[in-house]
Parts: sequence; structure tokens; C-alpha cells
Amino acid sequence: MLAALTAFAITSAARLITGARALWLGCTPQPVQRLYFANHSSHGDFVLLWASLPEPLRRRTRPVAGADYWNTPGLRNFVIHNVFNGILIDRQRSEGQDNPLQPVLDALAQGDSLIFFPEGTRNLGDDPLLPFKSGLFHLASAQPDIEVVPVWIANLNRVMPKGRALPLPLLCTLSFGEPLQVLPDESKQAFLERARQALLNLAPKEA
Amino acid sequence: MDHNTLSLFAGIGALLLLASVIGRLLKWRAGSAPHAVIDNLNARINAWWVMVLVIGLAFVFGKYGVIVLFYCVSFYALREFMTLTPTRRSDYPALVAAFYVALPVQYLLIAMDWYGMFSIFIPVYLFLLLPILASFGGDTTRFLERASKVQWGLMIAVYCVSAVPALMTLDIPGYEGRNLLLIAWLILVVQISDVLQYVCGKLFGKRKVAPNLSPSKTVEGLAGGVALATLVGALLCWITPFNFWQAALMALTVNAMGFFGGLVMSAIKRDRGVKDWGHMIEGHGGMLDRMDSVCFAAPVFFHFVRYWWA
Repeated sequence: MLAALTAFAITSAARLITGARALWLGCTPQPVQRLYFANHSSHGDFVLLWASLPEPLRRRTRPVAGADYWNTPGLRNFVIHNVFNGILIDRQRSEGQDNPLQPVLDALAQGDSLIFFPEGTRNLGDDPLLPFKSGLFHLASAQPDIEVVPVWIANLNRVMPKGRALPLPLLCTLSFGEPLQVLPDESKQAFLERARQALLNLAPKEA
Repeated sequence: MDHNTLSLFAGIGALLLLASVIGRLLKWRAGSAPHAVIDNLNARINAWWVMVLVIGLAFVFGKYGVIVLFYCVSFYALREFMTLTPTRRSDYPALVAAFYVALPVQYLLIAMDWYGMFSIFIPVYLFLLLPILASFGGDTTRFLERASKVQWGLMIAVYCVSAVPALMTLDIPGYEGRNLLLIAWLILVVQISDVLQYVCGKLFGKRKVAPNLSPSKTVEGLAGGVALATLVGALLCWITPFNFWQAALMALTVNAMGFFGGLVMSAIKRDRGVKDWGHMIEGHGGMLDRMDSVCFAAPVFFHFVRYWWA
């Protein structure tokens, strides 16, 4: 109950502040299993993406987030587990550990859709997109029939710049592109490059 | 609301009703297949109903209703402007000052009737404060360009728009308690000029007046629209402190300013590679698409009235 209310409050606030507009350019909001991958420049990224999905899709779509940031006791922990049903992964992988992507693979096997940031960390520089980590390829090839959908989140880095508490009420758009799949005998490098290019193609042109 | 306000709104309602009937007839004649121009026309008319209702509601609450209404208009306009003109991370303090300080303070000053401050607050104090805030970030990349964007956005979306509710602060001898009608006259004349330019352009438009800036504006649309809207303004002189010819000249002035405002705001949109400022008003685009002519007309109108009548 508390979680549902918090979810409603967070998504309403996100929409009110950013006027978030979802542009379904390459696909429609269908209830099929999908791996949404997006550019990452703010902690609000997955919240906005999650909020812009229609309710039935939202219930089966889980964000993948870094354990180091979210697994702190208190509000953050409650929000990521109870509100967003998020999957936390350990980004500081130590020796002799299991595959850090294992919880994500388990969720995929259950039929959940995911929100994933293949850059692995927030992009705070001037480049539009950092090089992709290999996680996206491993997830996509583990579940070959899943639709891998690129989503460009525009302007959120200006709404909530790093280290600032007060959001600016600028408008954000989310562009959903055409779904990708790993081709038979496509190399990891080739797929990641293709996915990165597909995401970049959705970005608005800079002046 | 007094008798004049009610008859004015009744007239606007009748006009919209006529427009809606014509819109439905055109749609019926064109058949059920989608027709871009007619569908857009009907969307525009429907949005007009909503806009007139919102303005009417604000008028019920008088001076403070109008101030709150234009505060919201400024907020949405500023948001569209800043969304479309990219800034860098070190512009954050200047943008915070624009949204959370300049915007509310400007409308507060108008509510306080403090002419000496609301007329210089943004052009003097914010003009100097914003680049100071931006300089703290230590980022010199395109500094002048970035500082100009924030200042320009504030001037257009907040300062110029706020000239409309500022009309409430004028003391016009013999026109006491009727300033709301002056606001209604300004908005009506400027907006009907836009509408008539659109209608005349669609019916008779041939030669483009500024093909690089705004491909939809034509010489025929401009001439017909401005002439008819000036006539409307003159015929409505009974709700203003002006006589017939004064009203005609004032209407011509605001219509000319409104037209140029449309051109300038179009130039910015083309430069940024977009057709509309936003999407909040179905059929019209964004708030700034609807307000571009008012932004340029209102401050000039305010100062003309203040100089010659108040």
C-alpha cells in the first residue's frame, strides 16, 4: 500500500516536473518481454523511463541499478526494492565471485522486462554516450527472443545535474527506437557497436 | 464582471460557435478520411474554447486571477524556451534564479503595484545577476551565448508576458475599475490578428512574406489579417479608453508588433530545427507558439497606454 502510494507520488512528480513525453518511434507499447536500454546521466533516468510506460507494462518492468548507490539502509533501499522492484548488481566485482549479472539473468528467465543502462555508470562528461560495457550483449544473447529496445532520454541531465538538489522544470522526451536482436554469429563488439549507434540515432541533434 | 465584459465574452462565444460549426461542416464535406488542414483547424478551434474558458475563469477572480494566469503562462513559456536552447552545467545557478526567483518576484512586484521595480527588475538587476551566477561555474565555453540565452528567455517569457497583467496597475482617468477590459482588448486584437492572418493566408495566400523564417506566412495573409484585426480593434473602442481612431492606431501597432514577434520567434525555432516550441496546446503547438505575438505586442502597448493615457 505504502509502496503503491510512493510509486504514484514519484511518477507523478517526475511527470509534473519534466512534462515527460514518450515518443514511440520504432515500436508500440506492447506487453511483450523487453530489455529497454537507455543513456544514463542522472539517478532519475530509470524513474522517468518507468513512469513513461503504460501501467500494465510498468508492473512487469524492473530497473537494474548499482548496489553501491541503492543498497544503503533507509529511503533509498525501500524505494528500489519495494517501489520499483529493482534488481541490484554489484559493480565492484571482487575475486572469486559469482557472475554479477546472475540476478538479472534470473529475472529475465522469469519473463520480466528490464530497464538497463549499458554505459555502466552515469555519463557526466560532454560526450553524448560512453562506450558500452559488455553486460547488454550477455543479457541479450542469454534470452535471444527478447526485444532489445533503445530509449534515448533527452534533457534529464539538465533537469537534475550532478550534485544539485533542486530540479529545474525543463521538458524531457523519451524516444523509443526499433527493437534489436543479437544476430546469429554476431560478435560481442559488433552487437554493442550496433546497439550504441541505434541509441545515438535517437538523440536530438545538438546545435 | 460588468456588463461590457459579459457582452464581450458572449460575442467571443458566438464567434467560436460559428467557427466550430464551420469546422464541423468542412470535416463533414471532406469525408471521414484524415485531412491534415481541416483536422488541425478543428483541433485549434477546440483549443480556443479551452483557452477562452481559462481566461474567463481568471477574469472572474479579477486582478489576482489575471496575475496567476499570466504567471502560469510565463512559467510554461520559460520552460519551453529553456528546453529548446541548450545550456551547460554551470548555467544551473542562473536557471534556478530564472525559474525560482525572477519569475515569482516579477509577478509579486506587479501584484504590489510597484511600477518602479517591476519595470527594471529583469532588465537591470537580473541582467547583471545572471552572468555573475554563470561565471561562478568557471566554464568559459560559449559564455556570452549562454548568458544571452538565459537573459533572452527571461525577457521574452517573463518580462514581456508580464506586461499584460501589468496593465492592471495603470490608473487611467475616467476608466477606473475597467482595466480588465483593456487586457481583454489587447489579447483579443492580437490573437484575432493571428487567426485572421491564418484564415486570409489559407484562402488567398500566394506570395510568401519571409520564406526563410516562416514558410506559412504570406503577404495576402499578413495584409488581410492585419487590416481586419485593426478594424476589429477600432470597432471595440467602446471597451477601451481610446476613441475610434486611437483604437485603430493602437490595434495597428500591436498587430505589427505581433507579426514581427511571430517572425523573430520563428527564426529561433528554425535555428533550433523545430516547428513548434512545445506540445501543450493541441493544434497550436506550445505556449510560446500561441504567445509569440503577445510577447512583442504587450510591452509596447503597456508603455504607450501609460505614456498617453495614464
